[in-house]
Amino acid sequence: MKKILNGLAVAGFVLAGALGAATAQEEHSETEPTHFPIHKPEEQSWSFAGPFGTYNKAQLQRGLKVYKEVCSACHSMELVAFRTLEGLGYSEAQVKALAAEYEATDGPNADGEMFTRPALPSDYFPSPFPNKEAAAAANNGAAPPDFSLIAKARGVERGFPLFVFDIFTQYAEGGPDYIHALLTGYEEEPPAGMEIGEGTYYNPYFIAGKSLAMAPPLSDGQVTYDDGSPETVDQYARDVAAFLMWAAEPHLEARKQTGFSVMAFMILFTGLVYLTKRKVWAGVAH
Amino acid sequence: MSATDTTATEPTRRDFLYVATGMAGVVGVGAVTWPFIDQMRPDASTLALATIEVDVSSLQPGMSLTAKWRGRPVFIRNRTPEEIEAAKAVSLDELKDPVARNANIAGDAPATDLDRSAGEGKENWIVMVGVCTHLGCVPLGQQGDFGGWFCPCHGSHYDTAGRVRKGPAPENLAIPTFQFVSDTTIRIG
Amino acid sequence: MSGGHSTYTPKTGLGRWVDARMPLPRLVYDSFVSYPVPRNLNYAYTFGGILAIMLVAQILTGVVLAMHYTAETTLAFASVEKIMRDVNSGWLLRYLHSNGASFFFIAVYIHIFRGLYYGSYKAPRELLWILGCIIYLLMMATGFMGYVLPWGQMSFWGATVITGFFTAIPLVGDWIQQLLLGGFAVDNPTLNRFFSLHYLLPFMIAGVVVLHVWALHVTGQTNPTGIEVKSKTDTLPFTPYATLKDAFGMLVFLLVFAYFLFYIPNYLGHPDNYIIADPLKTPAHIVPEWYYLPFYAILRAITFSIGPIDSKLGGVLAMFGAIAVLFFVPWLDTSKVRSAVYRPWYKLFFWLFVANALFLGWLGSRPAEGAYVVMSQVSTLYYFGFFFVIMPVLGFIETPRRLPNSITEAVLKKNKMGGAAHLAHAPASPEIKG
Repeated sequence: MKKILNGLAVAGFVLAGALGAATAQEEHSETEPTHFPIHKPEEQSWSFAGPFGTYNKAQLQRGLKVYKEVCSACHSMELVAFRTLEGLGYSEAQVKALAAEYEATDGPNADGEMFTRPALPSDYFPSPFPNKEAAAAANNGAAPPDFSLIAKARGVERGFPLFVFDIFTQYAEGGPDYIHALLTGYEEEPPAGMEIGEGTYYNPYFIAGKSLAMAPPLSDGQVTYDDGSPETVDQYARDVAAFLMWAAEPHLEARKQTGFSVMAFMILFTGLVYLTKRKVWAGVAH
Repeated sequence: MSATDTTATEPTRRDFLYVATGMAGVVGVGAVTWPFIDQMRPDASTLALATIEVDVSSLQPGMSLTAKWRGRPVFIRNRTPEEIEAAKAVSLDELKDPVARNANIAGDAPATDLDRSAGEGKENWIVMVGVCTHLGCVPLGQQGDFGGWFCPCHGSHYDTAGRVRKGPAPENLAIPTFQFVSDTTIRIG
Repeated sequence: MSGGHSTYTPKTGLGRWVDARMPLPRLVYDSFVSYPVPRNLNYAYTFGGILAIMLVAQILTGVVLAMHYTAETTLAFASVEKIMRDVNSGWLLRYLHSNGASFFFIAVYIHIFRGLYYGSYKAPRELLWILGCIIYLLMMATGFMGYVLPWGQMSFWGATVITGFFTAIPLVGDWIQQLLLGGFAVDNPTLNRFFSLHYLLPFMIAGVVVLHVWALHVTGQTNPTGIEVKSKTDTLPFTPYATLKDAFGMLVFLLVFAYFLFYIPNYLGHPDNYIIADPLKTPAHIVPEWYYLPFYAILRAITFSIGPIDSKLGGVLAMFGAIAVLFFVPWLDTSKVRSAVYRPWYKLFFWLFVANALFLGWLGSRPAEGAYVVMSQVSTLYYFGFFFVIMPVLGFIETPRRLPNSITEAVLKKNKMGGAAHLAHAPASPEIKG
């Protein structure tokens, strides 16, 4: 009886869910879409995915290069300090040299003036614009978002039932998937009849509309790689997405490694407590 | 009750189980406690500011400046020849604390004026953490009975080499790790 | 507190000395060692203990986070990120706290549903139930204010929307909203007071929890049969029986918690809260934290005016009503039988209610448009119908199954079917026996 009722309840729930999913699919117009992104990002394979995921340091270094040479012209990354770049596998001296490529504002000095000096490892990535208003003014009214957390601040909704499976597959790479999809998604032509706003670029992977103010930022061969990796838009996008994931979650490896020890210990402890409990309850009807 | 009587070995097995479970519990609680203590240590951004560079080109003999290092004042003084002579004239026996307390040299070096200063050829420079070794107040410069520093909180007197001469302070003013990276720039830390 | 006389006998001179002056050890012994619990409690009954642990964990991690957090609009977001990046173990403590809030709510929902299923609210436990409802309300307030503190986009706009509820109140609504915000919009004064209250409320929760446990120990636990304890054979001493069962339940729960914490720590959050709050730009799609979603769906289901009540006020009333109705459950349920185990029809409607609540939660996360609105309305109707129609009416028309005479009888019958047929006498103090 109980099973039947439970089954009924589950069936009802699933039916209702399916109904909802079905309605969400309706009213989809080719030329005037109302739900974005038009295409969901494809799932890529990332070295940092899964319970034992780790960052690929060579990839992060390439990603940093792409960020420095391309993205940083418009996008700040103000929460990331140079000192943390040691997490990419650089030595202390290399980090110092990297930081010194940038200027940092310091002061006031003894005369009360602000001054600039070469950046130190303790400094943060400087912003390309003095403030948000200047950033917006220089970019057609849309301030380029800060990149410190972008890989965690973007994620296309997964929808039912995918969001249930995600718990078990540990899918947490929606951000990098989105970044990669967006950067490689400019090539597609808009459907005939679709109106694209002036000064914007069609991209079916953009999360907030059919087109965005950012022109395609990457082109093949634009950034030189020293390690022989392909110098393609796809590879650049992949590398910079991985780098941005690191920038957003620098302690990801520590988290997953700690997690493994904690889970292993807890399973053991839970087992012991269970055996103790069974022993104590043995022979006691309940 | 009937279950406990069936096997003779059970008590020991059961005891072992209880002890193992209890110990695992203690380990677990201990492991959980650690992050809560760990978080109080200086964080990465604080540690990154552990080194500073100070420009001392403007300091003529008899002038001092105070730099902020690790949240505390550092006294940097270009001493006059008279101050150096006065400090040199003091014999080690007169000192309350005969140890140099200089992080740049051996820990048991005597508190001679040379070992308190920036070293051979830079004897006019003295760099000290400006925190009284008694209870942490900031001493006032060129005051007190010995023309050095005087702590107003509890009346400790330091001489021109920053050595405690009178009052409750137990040690000479500490000298941090520092070096002249050029003739006019000192790196502290 | 159990109502029976105390069996605590201090063994040492110091024990007797303390006992004569402040019998705290006696209180602990009577409440958590010798306290009799029904022998047939299942794992659904371990969630009270789990909730206690979660409350303590949230307070501990929260106090520690407050050592690093800055409640100021220009610094709040960066200070949270500093915790995540620079503070030693900071990422762990912050994820513990944010995911801990979610798991606190998961536990409280299971706890509430358990109460609804086994009729734990029925006389003489009405006060116990109402105290629980107060705890739940305080938790919601605490959770909401805590979500504002990181000062992300969802923090800001969640606070804007939720304080906006109060503007629906006729005449004084705007005045109340400004009182809550300390300004015309969510801003620094709001953040500061929310931080202050977010720190205060958990201690108030702890206070009400003490009352909740007191009330529980006066009436004693219910149990899956819903029959009151009648004789000594119905119960077992709390320690070691319930303690160990609770410990096992807790650890399994914490394992699931750890899985989320270490592997998918942002699963239950929203990406937009990693964008710093911008008062000039609303995210495309505002959703509250998942644990408020069913109520959010009810709020948005009212799209029509009812007499003089416009849809805005109606939505707010429905939403608060959905919580308020819980307070009246002890009197809405007219059945003479306590446990759903013996109420086939109630059992069916209960599971439908659970499914409906989950469905409402899902609807709360959907945009308020098209078919979703209609589905929300149907679900909202069932939500209230369950309390106002099914509960009272079912008590009169339902024929319950035959009840066993006692807990002991029920346990023996169950064990006979399972194989072991005797009711082993609980050893008085099993730890001495080995």
